[in-house]
Amino acid sequence: MIFLNQIIQGVLLGGYYALIACGLSFMFSVMRIINLAHGSLAILAAYALFELADRFDVSPFLGLVVVVPAMALVGAGLQRAVLERSARGGLLVPVLSTFGLSIVIDNLLFQQFGADTRSLAPYIGDLSYDSWSLTDDIAIGKLAALTMATAIVLLGGIQLFLNRTQFGRMIRATAEDADTVGLVGVNARRVNALAAAIAMATVAISGAFLAMRATFDPYAGALQLIFAFEASVIGGAGSLWGTLFGGIVLGVAQSLGASVSPQGFFIAGHVVFLVALFLRIYFGDFGPRLRRLARRPA
Amino acid sequence: MSASPVVVVERWTRESRVALAVAALAAVLLALGPLWLSANLVDRLTTLFVYVILAVMWNALVGYCGLVSIGQQAFFGLGAYFAVRLADSGLSVYPSLFVAAVIVGVLSLPLSAIMLRLRGGEFAIGMWVVSELAHLLVNLDTLINGETGTSLIALNAYEIGLRRALTYWCAFVAMVGLLAVVFVLLRGPTGAAIQAIRDNEQAAESIGVRVTRAKRTIFVLAAFGAGLAGALWVATAVTFQPKTYFSPQWTAYMIFMALVGGLGTFEGAILGAVVFFAIEAWFGAFGVWYLVGLGAAALVFALALPRGVWGWVEDKTALRLLPVGYRVKFLGAVGLAPNDPAS
Repeated sequence: MIFLNQIIQGVLLGGYYALIACGLSFMFSVMRIINLAHGSLAILAAYALFELADRFDVSPFLGLVVVVPAMALVGAGLQRAVLERSARGGLLVPVLSTFGLSIVIDNLLFQQFGADTRSLAPYIGDLSYDSWSLTDDIAIGKLAALTMATAIVLLGGIQLFLNRTQFGRMIRATAEDADTVGLVGVNARRVNALAAAIAMATVAISGAFLAMRATFDPYAGALQLIFAFEASVIGGAGSLWGTLFGGIVLGVAQSLGASVSPQGFFIAGHVVFLVALFLRIYFGDFGPRLRRLARRPA
Repeated sequence: MSASPVVVVERWTRESRVALAVAALAAVLLALGPLWLSANLVDRLTTLFVYVILAVMWNALVGYCGLVSIGQQAFFGLGAYFAVRLADSGLSVYPSLFVAAVIVGVLSLPLSAIMLRLRGGEFAIGMWVVSELAHLLVNLDTLINGETGTSLIALNAYEIGLRRALTYWCAFVAMVGLLAVVFVLLRGPTGAAIQAIRDNEQAAESIGVRVTRAKRTIFVLAAFGAGLAGALWVATAVTFQPKTYFSPQWTAYMIFMALVGGLGTFEGAILGAVVFFAIEAWFGAFGVWYLVGLGAAALVFALALPRGVWGWVEDKTALRLLPVGYRVKFLGAVGLAPNDPAS
């Protein structure tokens, strides 16, 4: 029963990882760029929500109405100022420039807010600790369930947006071949700016959930980037539903690892990531294959 | 008199011969450092030597292999850890620094089988995960006491002045040795291979360059170098706290040094280390703003001047002080012999 509980909690934790990985995965699939400032930007959004809640008594959910568009603007600006120029420089430059950017963001946050850890938990009332008890041993936290639901809605929404709308088609076409879409009248720069804006909007949402479910500090971004990256690699880079699958695998591994030893939480996550990487390299992309397997009736 | 344009392929020029002579003279003076320099200066030069090692090793990986790693602190930390571990198990302190680096190099070999299959950002963060994992595993060793850390106690066997000189000489030998290895490697067939890979991997493979083998050579060398740097660092700092050694800040320093000096230029990495050393001495006290500045500099250089200061100098002046490539020189017009006074 305790074992089952570990798995259920791990799956729910996976919802958060899918949420934070969503933007990273989306950006990679559209622009072929891994944004190393991803985690730092999520923390930036978390601080913005904290400031709104702390100074102006704005509930974090209401705060998102301001912070999501603000982060979308940051995303479009980032695309214009940094990512676009980086992508032209080949494979190396985006890594170097976004890593530099993450150092700047982390340390500016530290300069502004100091080393204290913060959390949005005090501003969301009983949502932060309320749960539904299924049995004596198993309880499902309301916030964790909300996180999972948000992840599913967000991933599904982006999928629908990409598949069914004009803008979605433009984004996919630009990802395929930015030069050719120019010939048929698509402004590739504007499309990429829009894609970056969407990615950063999801980053704002994941920052909110990070801050509600746990504490954060100015340097917490690096670990969020690593979790996001692990989830998206386990799920098969660039695939949105794969990201949810990868997040759940990562969450379950960490949850089971934590039941072995306190350090086991992180170790198990990293080990599962490396195993997934190994399998992908020597046996092909296993995320899609497992998903096909899961769809097959037992 | 030949009828075709006279083309000379040259490697050494007058400037580069002078530069090598100056470098050799500097090396001799530095080798005798502890005999004529103040204790403070000896300590600071030891630090500089470690920075040069880090910059040159990271630059070799990035500038010549086209692989940006955010996880070289894995090898840096492991080098320090193994040095502490070996010294604790009874091996003499100074040999254990070098043995530790060899162990790190050997460990990096199986790792390369997975990591070298990744590209771009995936390789970068993949290495970062490796360093996080290495950090966690080192913490499991009871000798280390988790994040509290431990010290290289065996150093107490040496009197402070002698210890300073020995550590200095170890760092100096390590730096000169690694510089020589990289210099010779880059000038030889492996150097041609990895520079071809950097410029275009597919094209290099198509003309028969063994891409994987060349990359693995540099990957292992870079791991060994970073491991040695970590071992030397623990010999100067004495204390080993896992958190400070496995910090991505080290990679930030390496990126800054290699980017500012010049990615893919041999002299640039050394220049970058010296620049970083000076900036740290002047601005290190500014703490957070200093780090913001380092990050911003990396961002600006990556976008505006990706080949760094030295790359810019090379492009403008064709100056090569320590040449690892060749250059083709066209002497005069058709029909003139190289020694013709008219050319």
